[in-house]
Formats: sequence, C-alpha cells, structure tokens
Amino acid sequence: MFRFHNYLFKRLFNGFLDLAPILVVILIFQIFIVQQPIPDLSKLITGIFFVILGLSLFIQGLEQGLFPIGESMAFAFARKGSVIWLLIFAFCLGFGSSIAEPALIGIADQAALIASQAKIIAVTEQAKHEYALGLRISVALAVGFSILVGVLRIIRGWPVHYLMLLGYIAIGIMTPFAPREIVGIAYDSGGVATSVITVPLVAALGVGLASVIKGRNPLLDGFGLIAFASLMPTIFVMAYGLIL
Amino acid sequence: MKTVVMHFVDALVETCWNTLPIIAIILIFQLLIIRKSLPNPFKILIGLVYVVLGITFFLEGLEMALFPLGKLMATQLAAPSFTHVDIASTTVDWFAYTWVYVFAASIGFATTLAEPSLLAVAEKAQQISGGAIQARGLRIAVSFGVAFGITLGVFRIISGFDIYYFMIAGYVVVMLQTIFVPKIIIGLAYDSGGVTTSIVTVPLMTALGLGLAHTVPGRNVMIDGFGLIAFASLYSIIAVLFYAQLAQLAQWWSSRQMSSNF
Repeated sequence: MFRFHNYLFKRLFNGFLDLAPILVVILIFQIFIVQQPIPDLSKLITGIFFVILGLSLFIQGLEQGLFPIGESMAFAFARKGSVIWLLIFAFCLGFGSSIAEPALIGIADQAALIASQAKIIAVTEQAKHEYALGLRISVALAVGFSILVGVLRIIRGWPVHYLMLLGYIAIGIMTPFAPREIVGIAYDSGGVATSVITVPLVAALGVGLASVIKGRNPLLDGFGLIAFASLMPTIFVMAYGLIL
Repeated sequence: MKTVVMHFVDALVETCWNTLPIIAIILIFQLLIIRKSLPNPFKILIGLVYVVLGITFFLEGLEMALFPLGKLMATQLAAPSFTHVDIASTTVDWFAYTWVYVFAASIGFATTLAEPSLLAVAEKAQQISGGAIQARGLRIAVSFGVAFGITLGVFRIISGFDIYYFMIAGYVVVMLQTIFVPKIIIGLAYDSGGVTTSIVTVPLMTALGLGLAHTVPGRNVMIDGFGLIAFASLYSIIAVLFYAQLAQLAQWWSSRQMSSNF
C-alpha cells in the first residue's frame, strides 16, 4: 500500500511538471503585466488539480491496462504475415484510439459550442452533441485511414515525403471549396488527433513492422505514421464541412 | 451537492462510451485473432478503471481551468482598456498587441521545451544521425520554432488574414527543405509536428485563439479563432528540418577545414 501511494505521488508530481511551464508563464504575466485580480480563483485551482489528477490516473491506467496488450498485439500482427488482417487492425487501432483522445473530445465540444453561438448549427444540446460527434468521427476515420496507408507504405517501402506531398496538395486544392467556418478547425484537428493514446500505440505498430520486414530499418521506416495521421484529419474534416 | 454528483456520473458514463471502441477493438483482436487469453486480467481491468476516471477528471479540469485560463489571458491582454485600441476604427492596429505576441511566444517556448514526447523524439534523432544532430540543440530549435509559429498564428488572428496562405506557404517551405535534408531524418521530422502539441498545450492554445478572436474588434470567432495548433505543428516540422540542415552544414564546413589543413 505504501508503494502504491509513493507511486501515485510520483505520477501526480509528473503531472504537475507537465503543467508547470504554462502556470509559470501565466503567473509572471498576471503579476507583472496584467496586474489585475484573477476572477474565480478557487475554481481555477480546483480545475488545475483535476487536470493533474486526471492526467496522472489516465496515464497510469494506459501504461497498466491498454499499452501492454496494444503493443504486444501490434508486434504480433506485424509478425503474423497476413496483410489483410494487419490493415484491418491498423485501421481499427487508429480509429479507436482517436475517438478516445481526451484533447479531441474537449476541442470538438468547444467547436460545437462556438458553432451554435455563431448560429451555424441549431442552439440545442442535441445539435451540439451531433456536431461534436461528427467532427470526432471524421477525425477518427482520417486517422484510421492514414494508419492503414502508413502501414502499406512501410510494407511497400514508399518514401514518406511523397505521401506528405500528396496530402499537402489535396489540402491546397480542397481549402478554397470548403466552408470558411470549418477551415480553421480542420487545420487544427491534425495536431489534436495524435496525442497520448494514439502516439504510443501507433509508434509500437510502426517499429514492430519495420523490425519484422526484411531490409527495413526500425529507426527509419517506423517513423512517418504519426506525420500522415496528423495531416489526413484536415482533409476529412473539410470533407465533413462540405457534406454538412 | 446532488447535482454535482449527477453531473460527474453523467461525465463518467460519457467517458465509458468514448473509450469503449478502443477497449473493444483490442479485446476482440486479442481473443479472436491472436487467440491468447489476457496475461493479467485483473491488473488490466484496474488500469481501464483508471483510464476512465482519469479522462473524466481531466475533461472536468479542462472546462474549469485550462479553457478559462487561456480565454482570460486573451481577453485581458487584448482588452481595449489594456491595448488602447480605438474600437471604432476599421483598420487593425496590430502593433498595439505587443504583449499578446510576447505571451504567445513565451507559452510556445516554455511548453515545447518541457514537452516529454519531444525529448524522446530528440534522443531518437541523435541516435539516428550518429550524433550529428544533438538532442538538446534540437529541442531548443523546435521550441523557438513553435514559439515563432504560435506568434505568427496570433498575428494572423489579430490581422484577420486568411489561414490558407500561411499554411500553403509553410507546406512549400517544408517540401523545399525536404529536398535538401538527409533522407534519414525526414520521417522523424514530419512526426514531430504531431508530437509537440501536447494534451495540456492544445486546450490552452485553442482557448487563447478563441478568446483573441472574440476580443479583437472585427474578428469572427469561427473563421479566425482556430489555427494556432496547426501553426505550432507546422513550425515544429520546419524547425527540425532546419536544424538538420544546420547540422549538415556544420559537418560539411568542418570536413572542408580538415581537408584544407592537409
């Protein structure tokens, strides 16, 4: 029991360290430049504590529950040799992990709130919920699709920058046609989608694959999966905006 | 008290639904395709409970602290009473927002330098390049890159220019750099774009952008408010590529010096 407490304490401290740079910068600005009282201070402090507690529990849980099976499974699929199953697994892994990404949940809710304030969607809870869910499903489909293509890339040995160039060109062509209100969210969604759950699971898949296939260097060919996964959501979210 | 508990239970249920797909996918593939039983089911179950509880607390804290903090900083630093901007004027006096730029750059620099996943990427880069790229130098370069990117993004929000031109210009720069850097670093450089924007930075940046677009006269929150994270991702890719180019140049220079000595 003592070890557990010690461990949790360490986690909490690490969580605090993640937030520390932000808090330091904000404090300096508040004290020296803004010089105004902070409203609702107690709520802010409680919220910061919740963020730290949540992150600590969450990362502890991931490392204890999800990552060990996810990672060994990624290796197992890479070794199995069945390309079809590997691709299906790659898609599902990308889709499932992005749907659960907490930052994406938060940002999608925020986007829905703003869209309803701007009267782009109806001002009901129902409409906001559907809009946020639509955004998240578009992003998750995009991540699933790009992990699938990224795995194919590692198998075939395509250079990563050709895929990126294609993605950039697609974004360049699509943006003028997409509704202006969705463009900003679309560009942001890529960086949001690849976070705490997606990155480690996908990285395990990439490194596992590159170490199994002959003539591939795990240090080199394992990379590039995240890159493509943070590009495709832009395209898919703009497509969602076009359909909507 | 009762409503607080109810609210928390609702949030817990919501999180269960959100994490269900990934849990189901891993379990189904494990049991049906790999056909192995779980190594330590009880420990895994406890882990999943932690995940669900953790996400719920984190999202609560996000609404209570991170979003309000970002918004507060944006509204205070861009308030007409602070910047002395003439609200009635139709042109944007973007020099008046100096402190907003300084704040954006500081947050970008500080969070990136402290980012654990960037540390991991930087160490890998040092390993791949055989020491030509130094982990510490790379981290500092990326931190400057993100700071610059976010400042540029804030300038875009304040000025109201179209995000399209900034992003396309950035893409062109990335592609031009790609031609000249050593091939081994390309994949890692691209990956760093998705990695440097962390789970605590993302909500704060979003709130900062939305708050700014809300406060600066003449801006539309929906059109101008988003985009800071995209800038941060793009500029960390540019920074990694740039640092790799510098390392290459330094190596070329020192080998030239060596050969001219003989």
